[in-house]
Amino acid sequence: MKIRIMAALLAASVALPFGAANATDLEVTHWWTSGGESAAVAELAKAFDATGNHWVDGAIAGSGGTARPIMISRITGGDPMGATQFNHGRQAEELVQAGLMRDLTDVATAEHWKDIIRPASLLDSCTIDGKIYCAPVNIHSWQWLWLSNAAFKKAGVEVPKNWDEFVAAAPALEKAGIIPLAVGGQPWQATGAFDVLMVAVAGKDVFNKVFKDKDAEVAAGPEIAKVFKAADDARRMSKGSNVQDWNQATNLVITGKAGGQIMGDWAQGEFALAGQKAGTDYTCLPGLGVNEIISTGGDAFYFPLLKDEEKSKAQAVLAKTLLDPKTQVAFNLKKGSLPVRGDVDLAAANDCMKKGLDILAKGNVIQGTDQLLSADSQKQKEDLFSEFFANPSMTPEDAQKRFAGIIASAD
Amino acid sequence: MTGQAQAGRPIKLLRNLNAKIASIPMILTALVIFVGGTFWTVFYSFTNSKLLPRLSFVGFDQYERLWAAPRWVTAIENLALYGILSLIFSLVIGFLLAALMDQKIRFENTFRTIFLYPFALSFIVTGLVWQWVLNPDFGIQSVVRSMGWTSFTFNPLYTPEIVIYGILIAALWQGTGLVMCLMLAGLRGIDEDIWKAARVDGIPMWKTYLLIVIPMMRPVFITTIVIIASGIVKVYDLVVAQTSGGPGISSEVPAKYVYDYMFQAQNLGQGFAASTMMLVTVAIIIVPWAYLEFGGGRKRG
Repeated sequence: MKIRIMAALLAASVALPFGAANATDLEVTHWWTSGGESAAVAELAKAFDATGNHWVDGAIAGSGGTARPIMISRITGGDPMGATQFNHGRQAEELVQAGLMRDLTDVATAEHWKDIIRPASLLDSCTIDGKIYCAPVNIHSWQWLWLSNAAFKKAGVEVPKNWDEFVAAAPALEKAGIIPLAVGGQPWQATGAFDVLMVAVAGKDVFNKVFKDKDAEVAAGPEIAKVFKAADDARRMSKGSNVQDWNQATNLVITGKAGGQIMGDWAQGEFALAGQKAGTDYTCLPGLGVNEIISTGGDAFYFPLLKDEEKSKAQAVLAKTLLDPKTQVAFNLKKGSLPVRGDVDLAAANDCMKKGLDILAKGNVIQGTDQLLSADSQKQKEDLFSEFFANPSMTPEDAQKRFAGIIASAD
Repeated sequence: MTGQAQAGRPIKLLRNLNAKIASIPMILTALVIFVGGTFWTVFYSFTNSKLLPRLSFVGFDQYERLWAAPRWVTAIENLALYGILSLIFSLVIGFLLAALMDQKIRFENTFRTIFLYPFALSFIVTGLVWQWVLNPDFGIQSVVRSMGWTSFTFNPLYTPEIVIYGILIAALWQGTGLVMCLMLAGLRGIDEDIWKAARVDGIPMWKTYLLIVIPMMRPVFITTIVIIASGIVKVYDLVVAQTSGGPGISSEVPAKYVYDYMFQAQNLGQGFAASTMMLVTVAIIIVPWAYLEFGGGRKRG
């Protein structure tokens, strides 16, 4: 009797793994850990699990700056994951050149990515030597000013319609005990805010001349001097926002403790999670209401080269799933970003998202700085701007001089 | 004669053969991993390696860039300030605590546990705890203000001029317990008769400590200084957890520069140059001192 039970148990333990053999576990690493972000990534996992495979979530807290080094050292250290997020562009360039990434050209051709992905620069950023190495999943634009309607009501001023009105409203906000502009302590936040001011104040051409052509003369010129003036205003207005993470800064706006925040469209996920409604509870101004241009950087998934054939197959399935119209809609609605394909139905999109889609349709786009500059130059910029925003004794002129130096040696 | 002696005795190299064989793995580890790794790092600091190491030499470019970077200079200044202060304070506070403990007080074990407990936490936890304690909106400042003193300001972590002291407070909170334990062990090692003799001679207690006991505790002090100093040079996690180098770059430290440039900026060459500079700094201080302490130290008692 006993022996029979034992045998049955043994048989079961042997048989079970076979039953699950079709499902391939694929570990996916990413840095989407805030409330809105993890709700979005759950959509991707759901879609992938529906294909009969299994999404093993490898979330790394602390945003890209913390997560990327961990991902890179795992890949270069010979312990690659199934797929990993990067801001596509130049962050994974050398990994691809070193032959550590899987070539996705076969999937891309079969799925006609060239025809469906727009703007084309997204796929270009995935392409190295004519081969496609990543699957873009969303378009993120930095150029948004998020305003708390409640904060302006409390201060007794109207909700501003552009950056200048916002600067003018700052004293009233301060009087009401509200921080005018929330900027968190992470270095990339100050840097991003500057890049946004640059597009708004100096325009698209200057932006391209500086970051695309690396023209140090323009960077030292009068156009950029105006941008540094605006950054000086932003610096004064951001005094008192004693938080580190970007979502904590967004939370200051959500709770009306701060008037506004310059942050990418991912902030929208946080507003949505807090149950706030675009237009009534908060207002969004693309291009700071001055210059309606959005950048089209974003997130993409890279697939490290794996020896296991089953897993390689699962990688192809995942790449396909990520760009599936249904996944695109579900994911981007939660994430607050724009889908990478133009042929999907976005009737459920809210006010802000529709504004973004509109600008995208008009083609008022620029490439993101992640696509234009190397990580090294980006880091130097971060050092400069985090110092500039925290240190009131650093003059805009000095900062500009250093900025021009960084552009001169940028690659 | 000599031939006979050689035959009788094993040759020098083969003496203690078992011990020598047993130490081969350690010797290899030391040579390959520590010395080899160090040379590899120094070597590649002269290249412009980006994400992956590669051999394209650029001379001293990385070092020039390093010393021209305001962030690196700030980091070095911070390390010097933090290092000197934490060395002084943890020694003084640690010794005072140990001296008080040594007065045959009640519940000594309980106190010892309380003081040593922070050391059991990792720096990340310590840092996060103190980030909250020192946060003006949630911590000490807001507590005091809510008690009615509304003009009270205590905001070290968000004030660039004094942020390094905010980090120092957390470091001392964590580190002094260990110093206290080491010192206490040293104090317990002092012969009871010396105290008796000092008392008979009518020497006041503080003088006994200063002129007799502390000089006798020299080896304990050296051990303690080595432990504290190694902690100072590599301080990283505490800064990351408390301020992540901010506000701006005002609480940056060299180890964080190395990490950020190696991995976030994907510029290995720059990171290697910075870590080589850290090594040089340590070598300049430690090597002469160690030579004095251990090399020529035979004469001392």
